[in-house]
Amino acid sequence: MTPLLTVFDLAVEFPTEYGVVRAVDGVSLEVGRGQILGVAGESGSGKSVTAMSVLGLVRPPGRVARGSVRFDGEDLLTLPARRLRRIRGRRIAMIFQDPMTALNPVVPVGAQIAEAVRLHQPGLRRAAVKARVLELLASVGIADPADRYARHPHDYSGGMRQRAMIAMALANEPDLLIADEPTTALDVTVQAQVLGLLDTARRESGAAAVLITHDLGVLAELADRVAVMYAGRVVEHGDVHQVFTTPRHPYTRGLLSSRPVLESAGGALVPIPGSPPDLLNPPPGCAFEPRCALGAGRAVCRTSRPEPVAVADGHVSACHLHQEPI
Amino acid sequence: MTALPALPRSPGALAARRFLRNRMAVAGAVFLTAVAALALAAPLVAGHDPNAVDLAAFREPPSAAHLLGTDSSGRDVFARLVHAGRISLLVGLLSALAAVALGTLLGSLSGMFGGPVDAVVMRAADVVLSFPSLVVIVVLAGVLGPGTALLVLVFAACNWPTACRVVRGLTLSLREREYVQAARAFGAGRLTVIGRHVLPAVLSQVAVVGTLLVAQMILLEAVLSFLGLGVRPPQASWGNMLTDAQNLTLLQTMPWLWLPPGLAIALTVLAVNFVGDGLRDAVDPKGARR
Repeated sequence: MTPLLTVFDLAVEFPTEYGVVRAVDGVSLEVGRGQILGVAGESGSGKSVTAMSVLGLVRPPGRVARGSVRFDGEDLLTLPARRLRRIRGRRIAMIFQDPMTALNPVVPVGAQIAEAVRLHQPGLRRAAVKARVLELLASVGIADPADRYARHPHDYSGGMRQRAMIAMALANEPDLLIADEPTTALDVTVQAQVLGLLDTARRESGAAAVLITHDLGVLAELADRVAVMYAGRVVEHGDVHQVFTTPRHPYTRGLLSSRPVLESAGGALVPIPGSPPDLLNPPPGCAFEPRCALGAGRAVCRTSRPEPVAVADGHVSACHLHQEPI
Repeated sequence: MTALPALPRSPGALAARRFLRNRMAVAGAVFLTAVAALALAAPLVAGHDPNAVDLAAFREPPSAAHLLGTDSSGRDVFARLVHAGRISLLVGLLSALAAVALGTLLGSLSGMFGGPVDAVVMRAADVVLSFPSLVVIVVLAGVLGPGTALLVLVFAACNWPTACRVVRGLTLSLREREYVQAARAFGAGRLTVIGRHVLPAVLSQVAVVGTLLVAQMILLEAVLSFLGLGVRPPQASWGNMLTDAQNLTLLQTMPWLWLPPGLAIALTVLAVNFVGDGLRDAVDPKGARR
């Protein structure tokens, strides 16, 4: 069976005053039907830009320089604007990081969800639209939807706003949900609730999802497959258990050992030294080489850029030294 | 779960409250309402036909029969004044409305689409702004002959750039909001975004620009009519009523000929400006001086 979404060799460029920044440089991903792909990586690694380019919403002057995005047999990057608009929101829906800014502060929440419904079901009557919105609000666990319908976003708590965003995303029963750090802006106590809701809703509708986050714990729990991004490239891609138990890229190893673990409470965290490369002048070799515990200083890592290699069935790593032990 | 308080005051209600606290603005609004009422009820309150010539009784001082006296053709000045109010207010309102509508449309398209659309619209605005509009109007009125409809069209064509620039600026900032990106991600086209998110957000600023423009348009109409290039006699407008008063003897000895229309223009424009300033402070509390 072909995957629902296949991103192949995607590159996105942003011209700046100082030169062209290649925020995404040759990213390839796959999401199967009903699956969750987790995308991990630190800030600026190209996660959000990848997500926005799937919807054809890279902000000018940014542009897709090469690659393809195949969704259910169609290349979204070459689709005319009108057809693309019919896919956005109906077949692919996006959940944004900060529901405070992703909802219009001066429009009642109910009206905003109604708008999402109406965009793709223009023939629906006013009363039917409202009934659908109330049903959606109730389904994401918002108490007293009839009252909440007419409230503005400032009357909602952070968690409720994100629930409303999820309701909006589910409005047209999409095949693919893209959630860009959906819990980053929320209190820790509500994060688990919102993620639980997202997963339940997704499972009930049978939708696939791309979950962008830097919380590896969340990925371990929810994702089927995981892609680790660094400096605009996917450095490791594979089954979530396989990647987390036997990481084959030094960056993934670094990420995994830099997070707190309950069992070893008290032990010092091991950060990855250094900082990500300047994407204006990317190093000619491996972008991670200067920070790498394994390859720093090695000639092959400094001069030649590692291509993704299959290290196991469905497990890809872009490292020259993938055969070396940890 | 505790119940939320009743729905709070809407932003509109808050703005209305701030407006009502501004005495000058309220006074201006009351005065304008009175002027508009008089103008609307002109045939009822005038008492005389504004165009009825009575050569036996010309330039008569105010009396019981003619409240504000009669003009050089023996026409009742009060009747002409209230009828002129209709034309002057109508031209002011319509041309400001047309200018603002055109400016808002072009400004939002320009800001939302950017690129070549933006370049063309903004260059057109620059061209219009760099033209001395009075000269354009004088030339056009000379070529096409003076007329009220022409006035409105030309005024609108010369004054849309103000609203256009304001709306474009606001659109550029709104366009980068995440909720606009979100709306696009949900399948809304740019025109839908303009209708749903841009127009409601710029409406209050546009209302301020429009109100202040009304004052300018009333003045401009008066100037052109005074010069004989605007509203065509015998139809009365405040500007062409002043035409009679171009003569020094009249100015010195017959104030009823020029004082009423002159005051009407000055006070109306002042009142409109008060209302405009009041609106600006009411819709933008952060920018309020004081």
